Amino acid sequence: MANNTMSFEVFRYRPEQEDEPTFQQYDVPYNSDWVVLDALNHIKDEIDGTLSFRWSCRMGVCGSCGMMVNGVPKLTCAAFLKDYYPNTIRVEPLAGFPVERDLVIVMDDFINKLKAIKPWIIRNQGEERAIEEGEYRQSPAELAQFKQYSMCINCMLCYAACPVYAKEQDFLGPAAIALAQRYNMDSRDQGRDQRQELVAAEKGVWECTFVGECSVVCPKHVDPAGAIQRGKAASTVDWYKELLLPRRGGTK
Amino acid sequence: MKPYHRPVPKMWWLKRLPYFLFVIRELTAAFVAFYCVLLLVLVYKLGQGREAYEAMLVFLKTPGMISLNVVAGLFVTYHSVTWFNLTPKVMVVQIGEERVPGYLIAGSNYIAWLVVSGVLAWIIVAKNVCPAI
Repeated sequence: MANNTMSFEVFRYRPEQEDEPTFQQYDVPYNSDWVVLDALNHIKDEIDGTLSFRWSCRMGVCGSCGMMVNGVPKLTCAAFLKDYYPNTIRVEPLAGFPVERDLVIVMDDFINKLKAIKPWIIRNQGEERAIEEGEYRQSPAELAQFKQYSMCINCMLCYAACPVYAKEQDFLGPAAIALAQRYNMDSRDQGRDQRQELVAAEKGVWECTFVGECSVVCPKHVDPAGAIQRGKAASTVDWYKELLLPRRGGTK
Repeated sequence: MKPYHRPVPKMWWLKRLPYFLFVIRELTAAFVAFYCVLLLVLVYKLGQGREAYEAMLVFLKTPGMISLNVVAGLFVTYHSVTWFNLTPKVMVVQIGEERVPGYLIAGSNYIAWLVVSGVLAWIIVAKNVCPAI
C-alpha cells in the first residue's frame, strides 16, 4: 500500500546536551486534512517523544502554537499540509525570541511589555463609578472604535514578523501597542496619558518603520501596524498641543 | 536555563519578498533627496543668470542625466504610490459604526495628486503658449 509522506525539517535545541541548535528530519504521513500541528503531534507520539513544542486549543484561538513554517510566522494549527505538499516543511521557533528548547521560545519580554502598558480600564481620581451607579454605557459606535484591537490572542506572530524587533529587543512591539490602543480608544478609559510615556516614546511607536508584516501575519486581523501609525499621528498631535497650548495640559 | 539567541542574518531583507520591497521603499528616500538637491541647484543656477541656467539645462539633457532622471522618477513614483496606499492605515475615519473604506482615503490622495499636476501642467502649457502669463 503506497502511503504518501511529507518530509519535515525540525529545529532542535537541547541545552543539556548541545550548545548549538541542529535540524532533525522526519517523514510524516501525508493527510490532506492535517495541519502542521498534527504532524508535530504525530512526530511526538509515534517517532520522537523528545520533541518539545507549545500548543493548546488547536483551533486558532489560544495563540500557543505559533512557529516559523518555511520562514513565515504561522499558527501551526492553521497551516495546512496540503498547502505545502509535496515540498519539505521546515519548522522553527518564532523569530526574534531566545530559544528555550526545540520549538519553545522564551516569552518573558513579550509578557512584560503587555503588562507595562497597563492593559486595564484606568479612571481619573474621583471619577471611578461606584457599583450602585451601575455599569458604564457604551454605544455600538464606541465599541467599534477599539473592538478590532481587542481581538489579539497574544500569539506573538507579529513580533516574529517584525524585522525591527529582531534587531532591537527594546522595541515595545506591535501587540503591546495594539493593546494600548485598545484601551486608549475605549470610551470608558481615561488612562491614555499614563500609557503615552511608553507608547509615544522612542522605543514605542517611533521605533516602528511601518514594514507592515505584523498586520499581514496576524491571524485575527488586529492590524497592529495600523494601531502603531495611529499612535504616531496621536503622539505628533500631542507634541504640537504641548508646544502651542502648554497651559492646557496634554501629556507630560 | 540556557536560552539560545539566534543571530539575525545580514541579508535578512533578501529572504522574503515583503522585506525586500520594504527596503526598496525606504531606499527611494535617496532619490527624493536627489530631486530636492536638483531643484535647489536649478534655483541657484537661475540666480546666477541666464547663461548659467541654460548651461544647466544643456547638462540635464545629456543621456546620463536623462537616464538618471528616468530611474529616479521610477523610484519616486514607487515612493508616492506606496505612501498613498498606506494612508488609510494612518487616517482612520469612522462614521458611526462604519469605517470609511481604505480605497476612498487612498483615492483622495491620488485625486489631489492629479489636480495639482493638472494645475502645474496648465501653468507650463499656458506659459509656453503665452509667456506673458
